[in-house]
Amino acid sequence: MNFLLGAFKPACNISITFTDGKNRKQVPIKKDNGQILMNPLFQSQETIAGKIHIDSYQGKKVEHNGVKVELLGQIEMYFDRGNFYDFTSLVRELDVPGEIYERKTYPFEFSSVEMPYETYNGVNVRLRYVLKVTVTRGYAGSIVEYQDFVVRNYVPPPPINNSIKMEVGIEDCLHIEFEYNKSKYHLKDVILGKIYFLLVRIKIKNMDLEIRRRESTGAGANTHVETETLAKFELMDGAPVRGESIPVRVFLTPYDLTPTHTNINNKFSVKYYLNLVLVDEEDRRYFKQQEITLYRLKEETS
Amino acid sequence: MIADGTEDEEKWLAAGSAAFKQNAFYMQRAIDSNNLKDALKYSAQMLSELRTSKLSPHKYYDLYMRAFDELRKLEIFFMEETRRGCSVIELYELVQHAGNILPRLYLLCTAGSVYIKTKEAPAKEILKDLVEMCRGIQHPLRGLFLRSYLAQIGRDKLPDVGSEYEGDADTVTDAVEFVLLNFTEMNKLWVRMQHQGPARDKERREKERGELRDLVGKNLHVLSQLEGVDLDMYRDTVLPRVLEQIVNCRDEIAQYYLIDCIIQVFPDEYHLQTLDVLLGACPQLQPSVDIMTVLSRLMERLSNYAALNAEVLPYFLQVEAFSKLNNAIGKVIEAQEDMPILSAVTLYSSLLKFTLHVHPDRLDYADQVLGSCVKQLSGKGKINDTRATKEIVSLLSAPLEKYNDVVTALKLTNYPLVVEYLDNETKRIMATVIIRSIMKNNTLITTAEKVEALLELIKGLINDLDEPEGLEAVDDDDFEEEQNSVARLVHMLYNDDTEEMFKIISILKKHFLTGGPKRLKFTIPPLVVSTLKLIRRLPVEGDNPFGKEASVTATKIFQFLNQIIEALPNVPSPDLAFRLYLQCAEAANKCVEEPIAYEFFTQAYILYEEEISDSKAQVTALQLIIGTLQRMHVFGVENRDTLTHKATGYSAKLLKKPDQCRAVYACSHLFWLEDHETIQDGERVLLCLKRALKIANSAQQMASNGQEGSAGSVTLFIEILNKYLYFYEKGIPQITVESVESLIQLIKNEESMPSDPYAESLFASTLQFMEFQKQKGGAIGDRYEEIKV
Repeated sequence: MNFLLGAFKPACNISITFTDGKNRKQVPIKKDNGQILMNPLFQSQETIAGKIHIDSYQGKKVEHNGVKVELLGQIEMYFDRGNFYDFTSLVRELDVPGEIYERKTYPFEFSSVEMPYETYNGVNVRLRYVLKVTVTRGYAGSIVEYQDFVVRNYVPPPPINNSIKMEVGIEDCLHIEFEYNKSKYHLKDVILGKIYFLLVRIKIKNMDLEIRRRESTGAGANTHVETETLAKFELMDGAPVRGESIPVRVFLTPYDLTPTHTNINNKFSVKYYLNLVLVDEEDRRYFKQQEITLYRLKEETS
Repeated sequence: MIADGTEDEEKWLAAGSAAFKQNAFYMQRAIDSNNLKDALKYSAQMLSELRTSKLSPHKYYDLYMRAFDELRKLEIFFMEETRRGCSVIELYELVQHAGNILPRLYLLCTAGSVYIKTKEAPAKEILKDLVEMCRGIQHPLRGLFLRSYLAQIGRDKLPDVGSEYEGDADTVTDAVEFVLLNFTEMNKLWVRMQHQGPARDKERREKERGELRDLVGKNLHVLSQLEGVDLDMYRDTVLPRVLEQIVNCRDEIAQYYLIDCIIQVFPDEYHLQTLDVLLGACPQLQPSVDIMTVLSRLMERLSNYAALNAEVLPYFLQVEAFSKLNNAIGKVIEAQEDMPILSAVTLYSSLLKFTLHVHPDRLDYADQVLGSCVKQLSGKGKINDTRATKEIVSLLSAPLEKYNDVVTALKLTNYPLVVEYLDNETKRIMATVIIRSIMKNNTLITTAEKVEALLELIKGLINDLDEPEGLEAVDDDDFEEEQNSVARLVHMLYNDDTEEMFKIISILKKHFLTGGPKRLKFTIPPLVVSTLKLIRRLPVEGDNPFGKEASVTATKIFQFLNQIIEALPNVPSPDLAFRLYLQCAEAANKCVEEPIAYEFFTQAYILYEEEISDSKAQVTALQLIIGTLQRMHVFGVENRDTLTHKATGYSAKLLKKPDQCRAVYACSHLFWLEDHETIQDGERVLLCLKRALKIANSAQQMASNGQEGSAGSVTLFIEILNKYLYFYEKGIPQITVESVESLIQLIKNEESMPSDPYAESLFASTLQFMEFQKQKGGAIGDRYEEIKV
């Protein structure tokens, strides 16, 4: 995109500002090149309005076949890079064909835009929202400017939120019962729980709780699954004996988590798991993975 | 896992310390620049060094202490942060983001400490949270140190009564709960240590555990210092919970240490009131636990407590301390079947000391203890273990020391039964102890019954015990000393009542006569003397105010005496028997028992004739006979004649002339008793003296023949002169002035010969005496006036 911008820079400069840009919360987004940029944050059903300024350089006259602004919701698969699938596309025509020879400002407004999915930057997939301004030109090629913004959707606490409780074990070797207080956690939640040791015949060295993200992309035979361990949190040090119960308290705040996404537009899913890992003195690992649902709880407005 | 060599360990410690220092440095820098995030990061890294498994407890402690110091700084920093507006709740959350559990928990405890100080949440909530979270460390060593850190920071923040962190209600309960929980968990970890790692390292692990025990015990100490832990709290909560943990951990080292800890840290008063609970736990401990030491210490403490605070004694009675202890000990012994006899005896010994201190008035208690002890010892035969024997001796000595009175000990019916279990050697020692105690305290033993019991106790000294052959190796000196002490003992057995006294000596006789020849020599004389004393106290015959026949008559006693002395010549100790007969004869004389006196004399004469052969001994014996006979006034003329005749006969038969001479002039006294008109026979006195002179003469002749030292003969003459003077003074008509004068003349003649200084001085003083008597005047003076020198 820089390439594009660079190429057409001489022609004119397009900038996009949001109506409440100064007050709106900005969140960091990691770009492809690893750069972190701050982008404004919206949520579904919000009105996205602002102004588009087009400056021609050095008073040059820019002919065009019309100016439009699009609001796009795109999913990009990394194995199919550059190919965007637009699941949302709204257009506003800003100008009829003509010429621009001085600074021109166009207000725009998309009211109550339905944006069901959240911005997501995964391993193999990206979902992004973008404002695309196009100054259409004939032979010289259109001038395009993008403005990313972030969408996050907040949900109320789920009415049903059972605890996760399970007894697992290897016969005559290790029996444990673990309990996590909920099955659904919001992103700033705390996982509380307990692990009871019912039978211990192996020499355990330590026990960790891992938070894992499982991102699956594609569908059918082309499904591609990528699992990342986002957190490794030591719960226990040393070998417990029968009857011990080890407390679990994991704050989710420090980790870079997103809500659980299920089958987003038939393109991808993101799921989270708690993986309880016991390591014995010979470094053998015993683990049990449990899915948890993450959601974004409406934050206190501050 | 753990290093084999200390060298490696040093290396690891050095490496750990270096990394530790570095991170501590960065942490300090972050603190200096008020950078909370970095401070947390570096402190977590620093604390990660504590995650090592390579160090022994000792070295780990080194590292821990460093961490402790650093964490103090961090705590101060946290405190400042909260003053600067950082929410302590957020801080409390923030430290929990650390991924590794050990650093996380150290930080959490530190933050928790700050949290409590800010009082934004009740102390009990935070403490409870901390103690719960620490469960995450299941590694014994690391867990113990973490929890001891927790105990340390929590110590001044407990919601105790009167503490600034005191809560609204039941606040002490919370404090106690916290400490108990931490204690329980620490103990579990500590016990578990024993079971980790290969069996061959067991010994080393035990040693290492020993080094860590104070970490666990500290909790009990903290509990004991809580203001709010009063007796009720202690009885209802603290003690049962702690004991439960101790019993359930089933670990020898822990049980021993912790029970002892309880006994040492909590006040005596509490122990007294909860004795049954504490004791109830004892039989439940592992068999290998050295319960005897524990109980002994408990009893020792209680005894001291009772000794120092007389006013608490009623409480001891109230709670029936004794019977509880006694039961408990019984149960412990029952529970631990293979308990060595030493332990059991030590327990009883402590218990006995306890009851003696606490219930000095309850002899039945002491007896009960001894009874239990006997029960325990029964079926085990004699005790061979020397330490156990020693312990029994101390057990048996305790009542003696306490009461300073054997009589009291004699009331303990089980006392002799315990003695039974000692080996002969020890029995003797014990007997000596008993006698010594009697001597020291001048205890009179006044009834036959007690005497019987006492003799039973000291049987070891009185009888030959059925000792296996070849073991009879008592040192002669020791033996003599022992027997001498028995002899002294006899004089402590005394009763004013003659009948009872007779019973006592009868018992003594019964025992002594079985004692074998070696002992009689020592035991008979005091017995005889004691009996003679009794005779002297007897009412004079016919002087019985009650008009009834006294059952103890002199006759009976004399028969008795005769029997005892008869035993002696067989010993053989004829010399001793001889003297005793004479003494008896004299006593019989006092009682006007002529036939008996005569009998005794006869016996003495027989001994003289048959047994006394040494010439020197004969001289001495004869002197005794003469001396005794002289004082006898009981004899009729016939008897007396027989006896005196015999005596003079013996005199003449002595081997050496001077001896003969002396004996003969001594015999002269037999014929003149001043107070008895019947025995005043001047003729025979003169006869004796003359014969003495004759013998002296012949001695002189033998001397001049060079057969014997000439020096003696003049002395003899002077001695005879003295006798003459004596009888002359008494006014015996047969002793004339002339005879005295001629004797003086004779001596003066002899004096001219070269002579010895002794004779000279003797003669000089004799003359002086005469002069002196002359000066005195009166009847005697007149008589001396007549003598012309």
